[in-house]
Amino acid sequence: MTRSAPLALLALVLAGAGCGGAGGGGEDDARRLTLYSGRSEELVGPLYDRFERATGIQVEARYGDSGELAATIGEEGTGSPAEAFFSQDAGALGAVAAGGRLEPLPPELLRRVDARFRDPEGRWMGVSGRARVVAYDTRKLRPAELPDTIFAFTDPRWRGRMGLAPTNASFQAFVSAMRLAVGDERTRAWLEGIARNRPVLLENNIQTLEAIARGEIEVGFVNHYYMYELRQERPDLPVDNHFTRPGDPGSLVNVSGIGLLEDSPEARRFAEFLLDVEGQRYFATDTDEYPLIPGVRPDEALRPLAEIQGPDVRLGQLGAKLPSTVELIREAGLTP
Amino acid sequence: MTALRRAGRSPRLPSPLLTAAAALVAAACALPLAYLLVRAASGGSAAWSVLARPQTAETVARTVALVTAVTLGATTVGGTLAWLVERTDLPLRRMWAVAAALPLAIPSYVAALALLATLGPGGALSRAVPGAGAVDITGFPGAGLALILSTYPYVYLLTAAALRRADPALEEAARGLGRSVRAVLFRVTLPLARPALGAGALLAALYALSDFGVVSLMRFDALTRVIFQQYRTLFDRTPAAVLGLVLVVLTVIVLVLEARARGRAASRAASTASRPAPPQALGRWRPVAVAFCAVVVGLALVLPLGVLGFWTLRGAAGAGLSAEVVTPAVNSLAVSLGAGAVATVAALPVALLVVRDPRALTRGLERLAYAANALPGVVIALALVFFAARYAGAVYGTLAVLMFAYLVRFLPQALSGARTALLAVSPQLEEVARALGRGPRSAFAAVTLPLAAPGLLAGAAIVFLSTMKELPATLLLRPIGFDTLATEVWTATSVSAYSRAAPAALLLVAVAAPIVLHLTARPDRHSRRGAEGLGAG
Repeated sequence: MTRSAPLALLALVLAGAGCGGAGGGGEDDARRLTLYSGRSEELVGPLYDRFERATGIQVEARYGDSGELAATIGEEGTGSPAEAFFSQDAGALGAVAAGGRLEPLPPELLRRVDARFRDPEGRWMGVSGRARVVAYDTRKLRPAELPDTIFAFTDPRWRGRMGLAPTNASFQAFVSAMRLAVGDERTRAWLEGIARNRPVLLENNIQTLEAIARGEIEVGFVNHYYMYELRQERPDLPVDNHFTRPGDPGSLVNVSGIGLLEDSPEARRFAEFLLDVEGQRYFATDTDEYPLIPGVRPDEALRPLAEIQGPDVRLGQLGAKLPSTVELIREAGLTP
Repeated sequence: MTALRRAGRSPRLPSPLLTAAAALVAAACALPLAYLLVRAASGGSAAWSVLARPQTAETVARTVALVTAVTLGATTVGGTLAWLVERTDLPLRRMWAVAAALPLAIPSYVAALALLATLGPGGALSRAVPGAGAVDITGFPGAGLALILSTYPYVYLLTAAALRRADPALEEAARGLGRSVRAVLFRVTLPLARPALGAGALLAALYALSDFGVVSLMRFDALTRVIFQQYRTLFDRTPAAVLGLVLVVLTVIVLVLEARARGRAASRAASTASRPAPPQALGRWRPVAVAFCAVVVGLALVLPLGVLGFWTLRGAAGAGLSAEVVTPAVNSLAVSLGAGAVATVAALPVALLVVRDPRALTRGLERLAYAANALPGVVIALALVFFAARYAGAVYGTLAVLMFAYLVRFLPQALSGARTALLAVSPQLEEVARALGRGPRSAFAAVTLPLAAPGLLAGAAIVFLSTMKELPATLLLRPIGFDTLATEVWTATSVSAYSRAAPAALLLVAVAAPIVLHLTARPDRHSRRGAEGLGAG
């Protein structure tokens, strides 16, 4: 009893839990899609519900951080249950693609979005656009006081007034884009200049906005739509978005994107849905992002995508730059 | 008697079977370690250059400083509270006994959020008090404080239980011989409580080493945060694996230090308390003692509950409250109960082996179980993703893998409880049962198990609580669509919807609180039952 019982019990509990968990796998009538979602349930859960209603395909979504999910797909190897990966940013998709895990997307689907916003080899494509902005404290700064280029923030007058998230994927993508636009030396000088100004280092975009709202910093480098997200919780948020001039790396337009790990009809149907009018409208109205297909207009409060412009880079090039970009940010002293 | 003990040792516990069971458990715990070695080896020499960076040394130094501060702080706070509650005439002792333990029900990331909301930059204090604008608890002070507030209950509970079990006769004798209160405390009470203090300090140190939520909220670049960032950003898992191995080395160092400090305290206490100890008069120190208790309980319990309550009310006034927390609550309860049971059952053979047969090999097994535990949840989770998806596809994505992750993460907590409980049971009692004709298993089941039951249950309860609050492994390994209270809180806070997160967090605390209350309950009933079992033999 003493020695064998614990092991027997352990085996029993594990077996029982196993049966319980695996029980759902038996029903084959319903069509299913196993989706790894780097975008949160709060933001895109209602969209998946609409997809289920429209197609009868049941979405089994695993939510998580895009980078973690990319690492998970890597560690799962070919045993991965994921059929599709909806990522918060292009970098994580690039990493999964580089591991040889993404199936090519149908050309007619790829053609729906501008070539800037997809993988040149057609393994992933953008779904919704987001612009980099300089968020600022409307209580302390007027728009006219803000520079029209991101390079001006190395000026000592910004010392101790800035915040950024150096480990955040969208900040890294922005630095990669800057390298492609103006070269490594200017980028390194910019990073070092920013580091000399002792910015407050935060974890992500939301934290950066909150730091502005509570008066800890006056400006922060973030994606444009987090402000709208926070306003739902706090309508009186004293933060607004400032765009740098067209062509400036400070207003890079990046995307969330989709890649397929299995070329199943369900997975393809899902990608099509995201890039159809209904899916694109959802991003325009519910998440305050930029739709990427022609004919669906962004929310009127947003600056039109054509006016933002950003640096002339293809997002498909950013993935390969990522490791050396992370190293560059570290060497500048912004990460340990 | 000595002859009997020597003769009785090995046949009473046939070592091969027990060792095999313990080895199996330790092997399970070694999986994350194996994973790190596979990953680090696959990267070639470039990966190891991470170790040569000056930033790595700085990160290690910061981590060591944090773990040291948290361990000292938690041991001091928890030990002092245990002594005040169990041995002095502190006013409202029963109330403090419960209030001091209750913070165990509050996840450490909630404690950190509450500290930030009040003492952080732009927090309530700096808004309310002009001139306090510079108040900023982020970094080392905030991370240390939040972790001390979250870990001292481990020390408190284990030490208070040890003091309750300890025979007050020793302290009375010392006092009778004219020793001062202070001398009795340091010469008699403290040595009695040393195994419990050590076990609690070990839990606090391991918690601080492996915590991710607090250090990231407080923006303190401890090793776990750096590892996590590497995983999240680089997709190349090799440098993170090398840093993970550094974390394992730190854990082993903690374990060796703890073993040294434990020293000869490992000898078993020969008695169980038959009556409560008479309280010592605090005299003019009473107001100081009450103030101390009030500050600790205020920061660790009242503040987080107040902040959660405020957010809940703000949410209720705004968008209204969502009722969709029932299923996650049931799920949380189910997996936490399962994890508590599995971990306790798995800890028993290891603890028995360590207590009854303390050889180098068995010590090694125990340390292996601990070393794997200090890894951040995300490393353990990825290790299981790696092995389960590749070699056990049938169970991957089921609750079985999640339970296994909880076992690996929280075994040391069950182990601490089991070891302390078994140490307190005199082997002579079991020998008497054997001499009266009981078989080895029957004697163990009739004598040792009932006597150790309160300690084992306490270990199980602590695992239950930790599982309720666990986040990274749950997020990566849960079956798809399986929400728990902790994942609900995470989902809401990741988009800064605090007023939506607060009800789930409050419910989480409400579910956990009764378990904490059970931990503080006096185990007199169990001891008596143990004595009855002996009588029947």
